[in-house]
Amino acid sequence: MLVDSLFFSAVLFTIGVAGVLIRRNAIIVFMCVELMLNAVNLSFIAFARSYGVGGQVFVLLVMTVAAAEAAVGLAIIIAVFRHRQTVDLQNVNLLKG
Amino acid sequence: MAGPGATPLFYTFFFYIFGLTAVAAGLVFVTRKSPVAAAMWLVVTMFAIAALYVMLDAQFIGAIQVMVYAGAIMVVFLFVIMLLNLGHPSQFSDLRSFGWKLAAGVVGLGIMAEIFTLTRGTVAHPYVLPAGFAAGQVAREGVIAPLAGPLFRQYLLAFELTSVVLLVAIVGAVVLGMRRTNAG
Repeated sequence: MLVDSLFFSAVLFTIGVAGVLIRRNAIIVFMCVELMLNAVNLSFIAFARSYGVGGQVFVLLVMTVAAAEAAVGLAIIIAVFRHRQTVDLQNVNLLKG
Repeated sequence: MAGPGATPLFYTFFFYIFGLTAVAAGLVFVTRKSPVAAAMWLVVTMFAIAALYVMLDAQFIGAIQVMVYAGAIMVVFLFVIMLLNLGHPSQFSDLRSFGWKLAAGVVGLGIMAEIFTLTRGTVAHPYVLPAGFAAGQVAREGVIAPLAGPLFRQYLLAFELTSVVLLVAIVGAVVLGMRRTNAG
């Protein structure tokens, strides 16, 4: 079970990374970050089964941080949308050299 | 199968069903043009992952996954999509150029190779719990008690700090979302 869970976790994390790198829609990029957090949580749960329940506690903390991150991140997206009238990341290039 | 002890065949079968559902829904999610469709497919992925949690003896985390991720966080996402009127797919594709796709492929393959290599490693025996320990603990103490004990003793400081994180996030979201007026 552990190796199978890590396999699914790795694949899901890779899908998330690929989504962040390929997509330009800020909301979809943000959802890909959530997918990566989920993949890491899956590893934590799988390890918690063999190495003690601490992994499950970590998952609870990760979920809390994910909820906080979603609130702040979506507020930032709304603020960007007010300025630029778009969430396309190609138009958000102020910090680009 | 890596773990010691015989795993029932139907258990393995359903584990793979849910895992493959998660991966397939994740792939569909990442390729949708419409943000609403993408969010819905991400909900499917999260439900499948919650099923995996339950099969890995983390029933409480599975319930929390459905409530917090699929219930709360994704609703906030859909709410923002509705608020900004982004429900329709944009006229032009939002995929990046070929160079970015190549970079994504290389990074993805690198990460997968790294994690697959890690799964081949072994941990010294004293740190590994005996097979079926987690299931036995759930049978003895119930679903929540094995998790609540360490959370409120060993990890109490981290637990208290999450309340600060949530407070800061709430204040930050309100400040960022505030409409700035010159009169204010």
